[in-house]
Amino acid sequence: MTAPQPDLVCRDLTKTYDAFRAVDHVSFDVPQGSFFSILGPSGCGKTTLLRMIAGFQSPTSGDLLIKGKSMIGVPPNKRPVSMVFQHLALFPTMNIGENVGFGLRQRRVPKAEITSRVGQVLDRVGLPDVSARRVDQLSGGQKQRVAIARCMVLEPDVLLLDEPLGALDLKLREHMKVELKSLQAAFNTTFVYITHDQSEALVMSDNIAVMNNGRFEQIGTPHDVYHAPDTAFVAGFVGDANKFHAKISAVNGSQLTLETPAGEPIKVEAPNPNLSVGQDAVVFLRPEAIALATSDIGDTVNGSRGEVESVLFNGANSTVTVRGGQGDIIKVALPQTGDFGTLRKGDTVFTRWDPKKARCYPAPKG
Amino acid sequence: MKHSLVSLFAVVAVLGAQGVQAETLRLLTWGGYAPEEVIAMFEAETGHTVEVTTSNNEEMIAKLRATNGGGFDLAQPSQDRITSAQEEFGIYKPIDMSRVTADLFIPSMLSATAANTTYEGEVYGLPHVWGTSGLVVNTAMAGEVTDYTDLCDPSLTGKVSYRLKRPTLIGFAYSMGLDPFAAYGDTDAYQGILDEVEAMLTECKAIVRTYWDGGDEIKNLLRSGEVVASMAWDTGGWQLNADNPDITFVAPEAGALGWIDTFVLPARGRADDAAYDWINFVMQPEIAAMITNTAGNFTAAVDGDAGVSADLKARYQGSFDQAAIDNIKWYPPVPAGLEALEGATLDRINAAN
Amino acid sequence: MASDTSRLGFYLLLAPILLWLVVLIILPHIGLFVVSISEKIGPREYETGFGNYATFFGEPLYWRTFARTAIMSIAATALTLILGFPIAYYIAKLTRGRTKTTLFLMCMIPFWVSELVRTFGWMILLRETGVLSNFLQYLGLVNGPVEMLYNDAAIMVGLVYTSILFMVVPLVTTLDSLDDSLIEAGYDLGGSSAAVMREIVIPHAMPGIVSGCIVVFMLSLGNYLTPILLGGKDSLWFTGMIYTQFITRFNWELGSAFGFLLLALSSLVVFLGLKLSGRSLSETMGRS
Repeated sequence: MTAPQPDLVCRDLTKTYDAFRAVDHVSFDVPQGSFFSILGPSGCGKTTLLRMIAGFQSPTSGDLLIKGKSMIGVPPNKRPVSMVFQHLALFPTMNIGENVGFGLRQRRVPKAEITSRVGQVLDRVGLPDVSARRVDQLSGGQKQRVAIARCMVLEPDVLLLDEPLGALDLKLREHMKVELKSLQAAFNTTFVYITHDQSEALVMSDNIAVMNNGRFEQIGTPHDVYHAPDTAFVAGFVGDANKFHAKISAVNGSQLTLETPAGEPIKVEAPNPNLSVGQDAVVFLRPEAIALATSDIGDTVNGSRGEVESVLFNGANSTVTVRGGQGDIIKVALPQTGDFGTLRKGDTVFTRWDPKKARCYPAPKG
Repeated sequence: MKHSLVSLFAVVAVLGAQGVQAETLRLLTWGGYAPEEVIAMFEAETGHTVEVTTSNNEEMIAKLRATNGGGFDLAQPSQDRITSAQEEFGIYKPIDMSRVTADLFIPSMLSATAANTTYEGEVYGLPHVWGTSGLVVNTAMAGEVTDYTDLCDPSLTGKVSYRLKRPTLIGFAYSMGLDPFAAYGDTDAYQGILDEVEAMLTECKAIVRTYWDGGDEIKNLLRSGEVVASMAWDTGGWQLNADNPDITFVAPEAGALGWIDTFVLPARGRADDAAYDWINFVMQPEIAAMITNTAGNFTAAVDGDAGVSADLKARYQGSFDQAAIDNIKWYPPVPAGLEALEGATLDRINAAN
Repeated sequence: MASDTSRLGFYLLLAPILLWLVVLIILPHIGLFVVSISEKIGPREYETGFGNYATFFGEPLYWRTFARTAIMSIAATALTLILGFPIAYYIAKLTRGRTKTTLFLMCMIPFWVSELVRTFGWMILLRETGVLSNFLQYLGLVNGPVEMLYNDAAIMVGLVYTSILFMVVPLVTTLDSLDDSLIEAGYDLGGSSAAVMREIVIPHAMPGIVSGCIVVFMLSLGNYLTPILLGGKDSLWFTGMIYTQFITRFNWELGSAFGFLLLALSSLVVFLGLKLSGRSLSETMGRS
């Protein structure tokens, strides 16, 4: 028995505009029924990639297969994909029912069947009885669900989503993340979701591709991408991280010793074979990987003494910034035990971190 | 000697008037009747300023009717359009003959115009420029056209043009052996003539290329050769003759239709002094000749043809021998209401297929 | 006190528009109507009645010309829409930046000269000894000179040319406001080009289409120069009839009646157009 065929396959997909390469030899598979996110800063080429999948742009080279069939030269209206646009692109001249039924009308589905299928899909997105309403009578979240229903009623092999949550306010965005994920599970359709918001990607995705300058830096589960970033870019872009520049002074297997410009030693355990003594490196350290104490814990590995620079209270995500002896500032997650409720600016604190929790990469040239 | 004395007197009178008041003369006239240089000379001599508006008979009357005879100080409609317009709309005021230097006018024309423009015992018009309408023919291509009805020869299909206006009705009537001017006073007789002309022109419709509207339009059509014979004004024919010797004005056998453009005072004109000054100024022989040279038509000024260019005189004499001059049908005053009959006839011709 | 002052200010601000409406629009129309219901019975003698309107309905030439003018104006409007829509779509949707501005300007260039000059331009092109006729002969497509002037087709060409800008401008404005993603969404959901045009682009452009059509229809109906200069012996136009009545016939009474009938006709056609497209006048004028 062979492995099930992936819904979407890209092979060396490249898009070049004059001298600028927007998408640079991108290859990936998206298995059936999974939620795949492409995460990257604006201008990284993710929108171009999505538009090539939808068929609005044609690749300069490479191949694109949906359910095993090449889509090169297939116009967008003949592809088994549907797209939820950034601003949803609901047709303002039609009511909700006509919007959702648009695709079925194009397929010449009989009128009665359109009505029943539109009713069913609106039920499934939790919006029964809105068929007769105008688009501008719905709230932002309802429009979102209508836009998804309009695509899902066509039962596409792949649903493309172009940052559809960008226009929503924070509260609704948080809510819609959960809802999108559950809709995806309910429809069991392959979703390809592009975003520049790492939390959206982390919360919803089965797999995330982190994209930068037209290339995929890493493809992996949210856990991998967060905890085991392959490259300095991924480590810096996904999640919060403190970033130090240092020179490698000793290599002992995966045990590295580095020295900061201020001469302070750092120990890092990183399974990165491309590092050698004397090389410049960058070290990334998550704020939650740093332990905080108010009393001296003695001379431990990667321990130091500092002074509270500021307390940033944000509920469960509260942090403090600590100024070290050399004037360097690090961000530390505030444990939620309540022990640090009295921490004030100027207090002396002690920090330490496990060498295994940090990641070390060669510093970029230049 | 007598003339120079008269003009000297006129100049003195004018200078005297200038001493009283300089005015703005708002002149409603035809293109070419008030050349720039004449205006400059007049302004220098009298101190008045002149504002010229060019127009045609119908628009002149319409403009004056709209303002009940205001807005202009001197107008120049044709003599046949004065009494009926005065009767219906009261847009003119009588001429004060004591302020006109009568010696400047050819006496026969002055008295004929006075007779034609008398309404309720008052004279309303003075003659200025006269001319005719007849045929302009490209003699190389349609030499056989010598009368209005010749325009309807099937061999000229698509090559002839005329206006769908009252002169066409009258010209055709004469050409058909009728006498429309004699029937002016008799509505029934006139209607009978119109009916005959209507039948003729309806039949002729297939021959006509287009009904022309403006003087420039018909000149273009003749110049390009798209039209080889047309009813038109004598000046148009003479202007084309200067460019193409084949084209010239032909006085029709039935007689050219003679018109005289006049001076009239609009009822609510404000600058009568300037208006009389202008009349007396432009009727001087040398000024009249200047106007003839630009307008192309001769004036009612005594000795006004002395200074006219030899070319124009030659063309005039080429078109009119003495018999043709004697045969000119001068438009008598149009009785009020006649235009309504003509309008209905023209409408029917227009609608016919 | 304060409210008195602000009310005074309100009326002061309102005064110019009211003055404009009353002096330039309402009063002349009242005057026109009064003239149209006076029948002439002799020199300087008139009596009130609807005789002039009766004359209109009694004379086939008048109402046939009236109907002909209406039908040709509607045809010219439809033709202008058919020609103007692709132009507007191209400008609004398929060009960007400088090209867009340049194309838009090129549409306007003919309007920098007067209508008379434009019409003369067409006469030079279409006449028998004109550019087009000579070009066709040069190509060997025709044997002799062809006359393209003095017929209804020439009037149509002139009317469409004269009014196309007034169709293109509102269309470009409304099409510009159509989000490209709506068109893409239409294709994405399986729509063919025709379906996207019919179901998405045209409904969106409807306010522009309706207001463009209204303007073009009014311009065509009220055009005087183009039909007179380009039309032939049988090409009558109602404005020409009004001119004739006013100027050559000195019959202001009948001319005024004609003018009022033309006003009624254009109001009626605009009303029917709005009814058919299911829009209100305020909505159409407000949104485009």
